[in-house]
Parts: sequence; C-alpha cells; structure tokens
Amino acid sequence: ERKRFYQNVSISQGEGGFEINLDHRKLKTPQAKLFTVPSEALAIAVATEWDSQKDTIKFYTMHLTTLCNTALDNPTQRNKMQLIRAAVKFLETDTVCYRVEEPPALAELQKNEWDPVVAWAEKRYNVTVGSSTSILGPNIPASTKETFISHLASYNMWALQGIEFVITQLKSLILSMGLIDRHITVEKAVLLSRLEEEYQIRRWGNVEWAHDYDLCELRARTAAGTLFVHLCSESSTVKHKLLQD
Amino acid sequence: MAALGAPLRTLRALLRELRYAAGRSYRDSPAYRHVVAAFRAHRVTSEKLCRAQQELHFQAATYLCLLRSVREHAALHREYHGRGERSPQEVAGLVGFRLPQQPGGKG
Repeated sequence: ERKRFYQNVSISQGEGGFEINLDHRKLKTPQAKLFTVPSEALAIAVATEWDSQKDTIKFYTMHLTTLCNTALDNPTQRNKMQLIRAAVKFLETDTVCYRVEEPPALAELQKNEWDPVVAWAEKRYNVTVGSSTSILGPNIPASTKETFISHLASYNMWALQGIEFVITQLKSLILSMGLIDRHITVEKAVLLSRLEEEYQIRRWGNVEWAHDYDLCELRARTAAGTLFVHLCSESSTVKHKLLQD
Repeated sequence: MAALGAPLRTLRALLRELRYAAGRSYRDSPAYRHVVAAFRAHRVTSEKLCRAQQELHFQAATYLCLLRSVREHAALHREYHGRGERSPQEVAGLVGFRLPQQPGGKG
C-alpha cells in the first residue's frame, strides 16, 4: 500500500482536457499516459477521490479514477463495436429476465419488482424482452438486440466503457439502462439486482461483514459507473431566460 | 423519473459527505464550490418540470450515493477485514504460551 505522497491536489486544463496535479506532478495512467478527462466535473470528482486519501492510498476506493484509467488505457483493447456487443450480450442472461418458480414468495417478489422495470424498458425502447423461468433464459428477438446496439452506438467510447462496467456490476442490461435513463436511482437498481439476496437476508438474517460489505461495494461501483457515463456524455449549456417584468 | 425527494435534502447530504471526506477545509475544495454553484445555477427556473434541474439532481444523488457507499465500505473494511493475521507471538499468547528464546538462532 502506498503512502500519501502529495499535499495538494489541483486541476488544470491542458490541450486534451482536464488534468490532475498531485503537488507539482501530473497524474498519469497505469500505462504512463497523461491523465486527461473531457469533463471538468469529472476531473473535480477524481481530484476529490485523491484528496480524500488519508495516510495510505486505497486504490480500491477510487472508482472514478479506475474508470478513467480504463477509458484512457483501454487495457482489454476493445473497439466500440466489441464493447457494444459485450454489453448487449448480457441481455441473454439479464438478471431481471431470469425468473424462478420456487419458492413462490420469491417468484412473486420477482414478478412484482422486476416486471415494472422490464415493462418500462419495453415501452421506452419499443422492444420485446419478456422473462423466462427456463434454464436457458429468455429468448431475445434479434430486433431487440439491434435496437439496443444502435442505441448504445450513440454514446462515445468513454461513456460506453462506463455503461459496460455498470452492466457487468449489476448483471443486467435492463437495470443499467434504467439508471442511464434516470428512471431508477442507484440504490433501487442495486436492490433490484440483489433481489434474491435481499429475500434470503430477510428470511435468514443479515451478516454485516459479508452482506453489507458487498452491498456498499456494489453501490459504490454502480454509482461511480453511472456518474461516469453521465459526466462523459453530457454537454451542459446555460441558457439565461430574460426576466419578465 | 427516479424517486429522488427534495433537492435540498440531497444537497445537504452531499455537502455533509464532502465534509467527511475532506476534513476542515472542505469549503475551499473544488468539489464543494462546484456542487454549490451548480445547485445555485439551476435554482431559478420558471418551469415546473425543468429537465436540466432533474438531471442535476439525479447526478447529485448518484454522487452522494458514491461518497456514502465508499465511506461505509471503508468503515466495514476497517472493522472486519483490516486486521490481518496474528503474529506467532500473539497466537502463542492466546493459549498462555510464550515462544522459546533461542540465543543462537534456530536449529
């Protein structure tokens, strides 16, 4: 574990975007590229992560920094289409489409909690998704996949890294789109993703050092991914309205 | 639209998290200034359903969730997973033994 070796964290604007300065040194990625982000708000959030480190640097708490490093270095060397296909592939095993038949209480809970969000996605994207109790999972029509592929193609490479990250964390494309489209909050998305675990916890009891630990970690990663996507795909303009007398 | 509650509540909770993260000088931090400025800029609007305002509120709520979860996760880690293994001396001490002293070193 590295000790905190810097006093001040600050942001500066360079050619490629916003950079992070640790004292007088410029932050670099693991592959030694200059750390530049396109959005000032994202740079501020990353700087806050570095400034929050106390005596030692706990990299496992710095989710936004990690996401930026992934976007800059692209260590898996995937292009845009490969990322999109990896994301859409999750639909075949989407958590909210995979239903149980037993125990009936859990099946009922899944129906009540997951059906609305599937219905929302079907309406919003004009697709058929459905759900299945078969071990093979739901049968997703090709047109549905094509719709999601072309929708995701409208996002830039950075946002896509974030989207794919959130999908991998939640194990669900539907829940991730719910987050990206601001239909559900992070807490709700995580709850829906962990529905069966929550059911078992309610039945058998909560184990703080395991359940809460995992819950907090999943919330942190999902929140970081969602924020990352929004900050990388927004363009904010301030329109001043004329004051009416 | 996600069920978010009052923006003021989110703002206050977010500023509280920034205070926990930064310490004394949190009001000078870029994050604090940015958040306060963003909320001020989006406050004045004549529309009932201002999309930009809702987008900002959602972003703020997401960032709040991030800061809060990271802090809680770190606290849980310290509490349950941070201690590491006991040294041989401590293990021996658990049952009341002491490790033998060997002036010439082992074997």
